[in-house]
Amino acid sequence: MLNLFGVTFRHGVHPPDSKSLTDHLPIRRMPFPGRIALPLRQHAGKPARCLVKKGDRVERGDKIAEADGFMSVPIHASAAGTVAEIGWWPHPDGSMAETVVIDVTPHSPQIPRPRMVPDWYGLNPDQVRKAVQDGGVVGLGGAAFPTHVKLSPPKDLAIEWLLVNGAECEPYLTTDHRVMVEYPERVHFGIRIMMQCLGVKRAVIGVEMNKPDAIEALERTKPTDLDITVQGLQVKYPQGAEKMLIQVVTGREVPSGKLPMHVGAVVQNVGSIATIAEIFETGLPLIERVVTVTGPGLKKPSNLIVPVGAMLGDVLAFCGGLTDDAAEIIFGGPMMGSSQPDLRTPITKGVSGVTVLTSKEVKPKKTYPCIKCGHCLDACPVFLNPSALGILAQAARYEDMQQKFHLQDCMLCGSCSYVCPSNIPLSQMFALSKMGLRKQQATAAAKAKAQEGGKVA
Amino acid sequence: MDTARFELTASPHIKGPDSTPRIMWTVVWSLVPVVLAALWYFGPSAILVISATTVGCVLVERVFGPGGSIRDGSAAITGILLGLTLPAGIPLWMAFLGGAFAIGFGKLLFGGLGQNVFNPALLGRAFLQAAFPEALTTWPDVSGPWWALRGDNFAMPLMAGDPVATVTGATPLGLMKFEGVDTEVVRLMIGSTGGSLGETAAIVILLCGGYLALKKYLDWRIPVSIFISVAVLAQIIHVFDPSKPDALFSLFSGGLMLGAVYMATDMVTSPTTPKGAWIYGAGIGALVVLIRFWGGLPEGVMYAVLLMNAAVPGINQVTQPRLFGTGKEAMS
Repeated sequence: MLNLFGVTFRHGVHPPDSKSLTDHLPIRRMPFPGRIALPLRQHAGKPARCLVKKGDRVERGDKIAEADGFMSVPIHASAAGTVAEIGWWPHPDGSMAETVVIDVTPHSPQIPRPRMVPDWYGLNPDQVRKAVQDGGVVGLGGAAFPTHVKLSPPKDLAIEWLLVNGAECEPYLTTDHRVMVEYPERVHFGIRIMMQCLGVKRAVIGVEMNKPDAIEALERTKPTDLDITVQGLQVKYPQGAEKMLIQVVTGREVPSGKLPMHVGAVVQNVGSIATIAEIFETGLPLIERVVTVTGPGLKKPSNLIVPVGAMLGDVLAFCGGLTDDAAEIIFGGPMMGSSQPDLRTPITKGVSGVTVLTSKEVKPKKTYPCIKCGHCLDACPVFLNPSALGILAQAARYEDMQQKFHLQDCMLCGSCSYVCPSNIPLSQMFALSKMGLRKQQATAAAKAKAQEGGKVA
Repeated sequence: MDTARFELTASPHIKGPDSTPRIMWTVVWSLVPVVLAALWYFGPSAILVISATTVGCVLVERVFGPGGSIRDGSAAITGILLGLTLPAGIPLWMAFLGGAFAIGFGKLLFGGLGQNVFNPALLGRAFLQAAFPEALTTWPDVSGPWWALRGDNFAMPLMAGDPVATVTGATPLGLMKFEGVDTEVVRLMIGSTGGSLGETAAIVILLCGGYLALKKYLDWRIPVSIFISVAVLAQIIHVFDPSKPDALFSLFSGGLMLGAVYMATDMVTSPTTPKGAWIYGAGIGALVVLIRFWGGLPEGVMYAVLLMNAAVPGINQVTQPRLFGTGKEAMS
C-alpha cells in the first residue's frame, strides 16, 4: 500500500505531466545539420578556453576548447567540419556568448578519430575523474554542473549514498525516461563506475511512478553484485530537485545553505550517468545528447539524439516544424525552462528538452493582487513563505527577504507561481531579488572595504 | 521562420487552473443554497435585503475601485455575506448603506482587494449595528405567511421602519440569554428559528463550506479550530454552570456557522500560515464564548472575528513555517 503511489516529499504541486506525447517513442538520431554552434560556456563554472581558430578543420570528437581550471570542462566538436567563425552567438540563457561556429562538411562519414577507450577497472578514482572531465561530462538534467566535481567530495566527508535521479518531474520531458527504458545496462554500468570512484556501497535510483517501463527495465538489468535499489517516487513536482530526492530516499534534510554531500549523498542525473558509461564504452566525449522535442505546438514530437550545438531551428524543422498556434518555445520543461527568442540558439549540453507551447497552454497575462490565500505556502517544497517574500520583493527589500524569509533557500522551482491564483510571477521576482541582494551585498562590501582603507591611510 | 510572434516569459511557463476570479465566483455560487434557505424561511424579504447589500457593494466597487475590479467577484461576496447577517425586516436603504460602507471603508480605503485588514462584510454589519441598533435587533418571526414581507423593507430612506408592520420573535441566543429559554438543537440545525437571514440554516452552511474546503478555497483548519474551541469551552463552562448553554447549542445557534465557515475564512483577512490558522480559529472560538456568556450582547461572532482579524499580522509573524533543512529534521 505504502508503495502504490511511491514515496514523496511534503508540499509540491501537480501540473499535468503531458508526457504521453513522447514517452512511448524510441530515441531517433537526428541527421547532422549544416551548421553547429558550440558556446564555450555550456557548464556551471569557468568557460572553456578556445583551442581553434577560424578556418581550422576539425573531426567529430576533436577537442576545440580546453577546461580552464578545475571548475570547467572541455568542449568537443560534435561534427566534422570547418570553423566558420568564433564570435558572439545567442546562448540558451538569453545572452550572447562566445561561440565556435562550425560549418559541417556535407556527406562526411562523421567517423571520429581512433582513440583509446579507458579501461575503467584499472583506473584509480583520480584517473576516473580525469577521464570524466576530459570527456566534457556535465549534469544533463539542466544545471550542467561538471560531473567530475561531484565525483570529488572533500576527503573529510563520508559519502554513503549515490542517488541516481530518474524522477524527471518536469512536465513534457521524457529524455531520462527513454534513456532508462532503452539503455538500462548503460545506466547500471555508469552507476558501477561512480560507486567505485566514490567508494560508496549503496545506490538508489529514484524514478517517478509514471514510468513503470523504466522501473521494470532497470529492475530487469540490475547487476547482482551491487547494492542498487530502484525506488518508485510519487508523481509530483519538484520530485527531481536534489534536496527533495535526498529527503525522500534517506530521510535527511540537507541543512539550509549546505550541499548534498554534507548529508553523505551524491546526486547524479540518470542521463549523465549513461554518458559516463559511454565514455568508458566508446571513448567518445560528450558530443551528443538525448533531447525530448515536444509540446502541442510541434507537428512531430520526438525523442532525439542531437549533436551538441545543433541549432533550435534545425531541430524544430526535423520535428516537422511548428503548428500555426505555437506561441512559446522553451528550452527544458515548462516549469523551469527558459523561453527562446532566437532560432539560431544551439542545444547545449544542459538542454534536456525543447517544449513548444500553444497559446492555450501559456500562462495568462492578467495578474491580481495577492489575496493571502496561502496556497504558495502549501506548495513550497522548502517551506518558504512566498506570499510574504513577494510583498517584500515588490518593495525591493532584499535584505529583509533574506534575513526574515530566507530568500537564498529558494531554488526557483516555480511551484508558488504555478499555484498562485492571482498569477503573481513569484519565482521570477525571487530570481531578480536574488540578483538584487547580491548586488546590494557587493556594494556594501565594497563600501566597507573603502572605509577600512580610509582608516588605514 | 519569424520569431517575433513568440512569447518571451519567465518560468514557470504554465499555470495551475485556479485564479482569483474563479475562487471568488465559486464562493459566490456556493452561497446560493444558503440564500435559498434564507428565502425559504424569510420569504421575499430575504432576496430584497441581500440584493440591496450586494448592489451597495458592487456599485461602490465599480465607481471608486480600480478599473473593472467588480469582475473578480469579491464585492459580490461581501454583499451577499453582509445581507446574510441582517434581519429580514431591515429597511432596504439601511442594507444598501451597509453594503456601500463595507466596500468603501472596509476594503477600498485600505487599498482594495487583498489589502484590507478586517472582513468587509462584518465591518459593514458593525457599522449598521452602531448606526441602527434597533433595526438590527428586530428579529422577524419565521412563522408568518411565506410571501409576506418580514418588516418595513420599503421604509423611506433616512426613516426607521414602521414597527407595527413587523411580527417580531426572538433569536435562540436572545431567548437563552435574557429569558433562560432553551431551543431544540434540531431546530437550530435546520434553521426554523428566528435570527438573521443566514444564521439559521446551520446544516446548509456546513455542506457549502465542506464543498469549498474540498476545493481548497477555504482553509478547513479555521472552521474546525473555531468549532473545537467553542465546543470545548462551552461544555466545560456548562458543566460548572448549567445555566450557560452546552456545546451543541453553542455550535448551532446564532451566527457561528456563517461566521466560522464564511467570515473567518476570508482569505485576505485570515492567517496565511497553517499554524496561524489554528491559533486564529481557537482565538475566535474563545472570544465568541466569552462575549456570548459574559458580554452584554447575546451574539459575539462578529466582534470575535473582527478582533482576531486585527491579530492576523501578528499571528503570521510568529507562525512562519520551519525552513527546510533547519531544526531537528536537518542533519548537520
